[in-house]
Amino acid sequence: MAFTRFLTASQTAPIRRTTTESPAIRRLFIGMALLFLTLFLFFPLAAVFYEALRKGLGVYFAAIVDPDALAAIRLTLLCAAIAVPLNMVFGVAAAWAIAKFEFVGKSVLITLIDLPFAVSPVIAGLIYVLMFGAQGWLGPWLVAHDIKIIFAVPGIVLATVFVTFPFIARELIPLMQEQGVEEEEAALVMGASGWQTFWRITLPNIKWGLLYGVVLCTARAMGEFGAVSVVSGHIRGLTNTLPLQVEILYNEYNFAAAFAVASLLTLLAVVMLAIKSVIEWQTRKARLAALAIRGEPE
Amino acid sequence: MPFRLKQRNVLPGFNLAMGYTLLYMCLIVLIPLSAAFIKTAGLSWADFWSIVTAPRVLASYRLTFGASLIAALINTSAGLFIAWVLVRYSFPGKRLIDALVDLPFALPTAVAGIALTALYAGNGWIGSYLALLGIKVAFTPLGIVVALIFISMPFVIRTVQPVLEDLEPEVEEAAACLGATRWQTFRRIILPAIRPALLTGFTLAFARSIGEYGSVIFIAGNLPMVSEITPLLIVTKLEQYDYRGATAIAVVMLVISFLLLLLINLLQRWSHQRYTT
Repeated sequence: MAFTRFLTASQTAPIRRTTTESPAIRRLFIGMALLFLTLFLFFPLAAVFYEALRKGLGVYFAAIVDPDALAAIRLTLLCAAIAVPLNMVFGVAAAWAIAKFEFVGKSVLITLIDLPFAVSPVIAGLIYVLMFGAQGWLGPWLVAHDIKIIFAVPGIVLATVFVTFPFIARELIPLMQEQGVEEEEAALVMGASGWQTFWRITLPNIKWGLLYGVVLCTARAMGEFGAVSVVSGHIRGLTNTLPLQVEILYNEYNFAAAFAVASLLTLLAVVMLAIKSVIEWQTRKARLAALAIRGEPE
Repeated sequence: MPFRLKQRNVLPGFNLAMGYTLLYMCLIVLIPLSAAFIKTAGLSWADFWSIVTAPRVLASYRLTFGASLIAALINTSAGLFIAWVLVRYSFPGKRLIDALVDLPFALPTAVAGIALTALYAGNGWIGSYLALLGIKVAFTPLGIVVALIFISMPFVIRTVQPVLEDLEPEVEEAAACLGATRWQTFRRIILPAIRPALLTGFTLAFARSIGEYGSVIFIAGNLPMVSEITPLLIVTKLEQYDYRGATAIAVVMLVISFLLLLLINLLQRWSHQRYTT
């Protein structure tokens, strides 16, 4: 009995040690990683709610139902409601062209789609000022026709569309490339029309990836600050989005109200992360199921 | 085979999808971006050069690129560490922490800015302890580094994590059988495998940091020559209706961003090749 225990211990111990570290080092590493995450990630998250509620629930809710704050909530939702569908249609179209067809200049096109990620948000705002501002290319024409884009809602929507431009396309392109064209070809051979193939075959296949992209796009659309700040003009109740409202309140030293509005955006971010985790969990389950059907080991 | 722009394919909708993609991209991205270059082309070379090399502008480049470099280096080492811990070890709350790593991508930068300022100010949770040591973070260049660490934290973790997950344990076992220590295995076997991913993550973090505005302006103090980042300088010039100055500096930033984007693409191609062969 004692002998067999000695045998198994001596057999398993060296093998375990070759692919991992000793428990002490493991604990030390976990501790150091958690310390870094606590200082730079969890503390800021907690600080938002702490500062928001420090003056009590009354102040907190008063800041949120303030007319300017409510107007900012409405504008933020409006911007996301326009920007996300626009970029969704673009993302699906771009992914269809790039993933399902071979053509010259494909990698250049993919790089161009990534461009807005590389551009500073401030510059994203600036280029629309150069286009539509009073001194800009279309400025005189817009003034003559009494159309306001910069320092008005259309400019804020445009800046939001620019900064969230790549999100959905980026999620869909690799996913659709991986899925190939066999299923669509089969549907077409069996007599489906192009749109039928898209709605019945392609869309169900990409639904989780699409939702994932929409979540990322929405989070960014509602939280964008730099680009929107340049084109907004900061008119209270009219061209202030939620992040800009946070800035105004903060600069007025109205910290409790600033953090109260910020806590709404933080809650939104946490909800987005939760949805994202659920989607990741779903896609992993779907992939494992697909592998099991094909009889391949993971 | 004759040269053709698009290969034969039975699937429909290429012209519609491609046409829409190009039209939308031109309207939203390419034409507005070209506005910056065309506006700058109206300047003489001497004017352009004197704007983009003014002492205040040069100081802002130094600060922006220096702080971004430091933040990206810190995030590369910490990110490797965190990715390693998340992939290799199990501990309570791991899935929650894994999900929360993406928080800086989801949290609006203005919120991150005011939260970090509250924490690292002289009377904040962390700042008050650092003040005892005589370290000031908020309203100094150090605060900029802290903000940039926060907003670019997920990049290295998320690029390294999948590569670490796909590493085959057999290679490490073989190395151990041949008498390598754990550290030798890491340096000779694991590090070469994750190096492309690590570099990609570093470059992504750096590229994101140099353009960052929202989180930095709250914590930086924004003193000209000391703690004024380049994106803020662009905004300042815009607010003074100095469109030419703002655009000239923006063009310098754009060119640097494009070069970084190119580098990221090359790195990803390299890592993809390594990964598939």
